[in-house]
Amino acid sequence: MIEVDALSKTYSGVPAVEDLSFSVAKGEILGFLGPNGAGKSTTMRMITGFLTPDRGTVRVGGYDVVREPLAARRKIGYLPENAPVYEDMTVQSYLDFIARIRGFGGAQRKKRVDATMARCFLGDVRFQTIHTLSKGFKQRVCFAQSILHDPDYLVLDEPTDGLDPNQKHEVRQMIREMSVHKAIILSTHILDEMEAVCTRAIIIARGRLVVDETPERLRTRSPLHGAVSLSLAPCAVDELTARLQGVEGVDRVALLAAEGTGVTLRVFPRAPEVAIAEGIVRALGIGPFHIRSLFVEKGRLDEVFREITQTPPSATAH
Amino acid sequence: MKPSGTTAIVLAVLRREMQSYFVSPVAYVFIVIFLLLLGFFTFQVTRFFEAGQADLQGFFQWHPWVFLFLVPAVAMRLWSEERRLGTIELLLTLPVTVTQLVMGKYLAAWLFIGIALLFTFPMVLTVAYLGDPDMGAVFCAYVGSFLMAGAFLSVGSMTSALSRNPVVCFILAVVVCLFFILAGYPPVTGTISAWAPVWLVNRVADLSFLSHFLSLQRGVIDLRDVLYFVSVITFMLYLNGVLVRGRKSA
Repeated sequence: MIEVDALSKTYSGVPAVEDLSFSVAKGEILGFLGPNGAGKSTTMRMITGFLTPDRGTVRVGGYDVVREPLAARRKIGYLPENAPVYEDMTVQSYLDFIARIRGFGGAQRKKRVDATMARCFLGDVRFQTIHTLSKGFKQRVCFAQSILHDPDYLVLDEPTDGLDPNQKHEVRQMIREMSVHKAIILSTHILDEMEAVCTRAIIIARGRLVVDETPERLRTRSPLHGAVSLSLAPCAVDELTARLQGVEGVDRVALLAAEGTGVTLRVFPRAPEVAIAEGIVRALGIGPFHIRSLFVEKGRLDEVFREITQTPPSATAH
Repeated sequence: MKPSGTTAIVLAVLRREMQSYFVSPVAYVFIVIFLLLLGFFTFQVTRFFEAGQADLQGFFQWHPWVFLFLVPAVAMRLWSEERRLGTIELLLTLPVTVTQLVMGKYLAAWLFIGIALLFTFPMVLTVAYLGDPDMGAVFCAYVGSFLMAGAFLSVGSMTSALSRNPVVCFILAVVVCLFFILAGYPPVTGTISAWAPVWLVNRVADLSFLSHFLSLQRGVIDLRDVLYFVSVITFMLYLNGVLVRGRKSA
C-alpha cells in the first residue's frame, strides 16, 4: 500500500502540491493525470524520496519515506520522467550496477540481469552503449532498471512518453501483467492510455486533487455521455426533429449539419443514464427516414479533462 | 533480497565510476596530459639533468601546480553531470545513503589519480639509475602527493555539487584550491601579516597544502601532516554530502 497523506510542497513561495491525499493498494494501477505543471512529477518525486515534502507524509509498504528512507526505497521501483540513465555504459553493465546496488550477489545477480533484459526485450542490445540506442530503447532500459528487483511498488513517470505505438502497447502490456502483485502509480497525459491501463484515475490541477474515481465513471462526467449521434440521408429536418423530440426521455435535439448529402444530429437524454436509443430507432422506423449510422456516445475523456482542469483558479482557491 | 552492506554499495558506485572513466577518453587524456606536464616542468623548467642531483625534489615541487588544474578537471563532473543528465534522480532514490554515494564517487576518482601517479614510475627508475636516492624519502613524497591530490579532489567533489554547470564547478574548485596552495606562500602571508596578528597569519599558513606537502617530501611521515590532509578531505566530503542532501528539499 502506498499512502499519501496531506502532502504539500512549495517551490520558492509557489505551491506545487497542496494537501494531496490518496492511497494505492496492491492490484491497482493508479493513473495520475493533470496538465503539465500540475504537480504530477513533484508528487512522484516525494513518493520516491527524491524530494522532501514540506508537510504531510508518504508511507510505502508501511515505511515512512522520510524517516525510514532505505527500507521504503527497497520496495519501490522508479522510472523518472525522461528516463535518465548513464549513457556511457552498456545496457548490461548498467543493469549489473543497479543489481549490485540493490544487493544481489554472484550467480543470483547475473540471473536477475538476464531475466530483466529478457523481459524488457533488451537481449539483442545488451552489449551496446546506451547513448547509441533509440529513445524507445533508453526508455526500456530505464524501465528495466525499475523492475529489476521485482518491487512491490512501482512509480512510473510517463512510462510511454516518446515511444511509438507498438512500443507503447508493449509497455502497457508489461504494466498490466505486473499489476497483479504490485501497486502501480503511473502518470500520463494520454487519456486513452489511462483508460486502457488504469483501474483508477486521479486528476490533479494546480497541485490539488480534483478527481479520484474509475476511468469509466470519469467518462460519465462528459456532457456527451449517453447522447445519441445520428446520421441520415437527406430528409425533412423539421419533421425529423419534431419526431425525435417526441421520443420518451429525450431532452433536446441538436442539429449538427444539414446539407444536400445528409443530416447529422445529436439527441441528448434528460439524464445520462436514461436510454433513448431504442425509442429513437422505433420513432424513425416508421417513415421516410434512412438511418445511415447511429451510436450512443460514451463521452469524451479529453472534454472531461479539460473541463475539470480548466476551472478558473477562483473556483478552487482557498 | 537482503539489504546490501555499505562496503558493497560503495564498491558498486566506485566500480561504475571507474568504468565510466575508462570507456570515455577522459582517463587517457588525463593520464597523458598529467605525465606530459610533469615531464615538461621537471626537465625543461627545473632542468633536472643539469642540476646534477639524483633526487626528485625538482619533480615533486611541481605536483601542487599540476594538480591545481588537472584534479578539478577530474572532479568537476562527479556531481554536476549527475544533475545535468538527471541521473541523480535515480541515484538518490536507490536504497543507498548520500554518504555511501559521496564515498564511492570520491574513492573512484582518488584511485584514478593514484593510478596516474603510479605511471610516473620512470622518474624513480631514472634517479635510481643515475645515483642513489633515498627511497624512503621518495616513498614519503609519493604518499604526500597522493594525500594532497586527495585534498584537491575533495574540494573539487564538493564544488561539483554546487552547480549543474561543470565549468562553474571547475573554476570554483581551482579558486578554492589556489587559496589552499597560496595560504602558505610568502607573498601571501606577507600581505596578511601587514594587518593581521601573528597567530592568525600562522593559522592561515597552517592551512596551506604546500607546507604540509613539503614536510612530507622531506622524508618524514609526520602524523600531523597526514591528519591535516585527512581532516581537509573529511570536512570537504562532509560539506559535499550536505550539498547533495540540500538539493532534495530545494
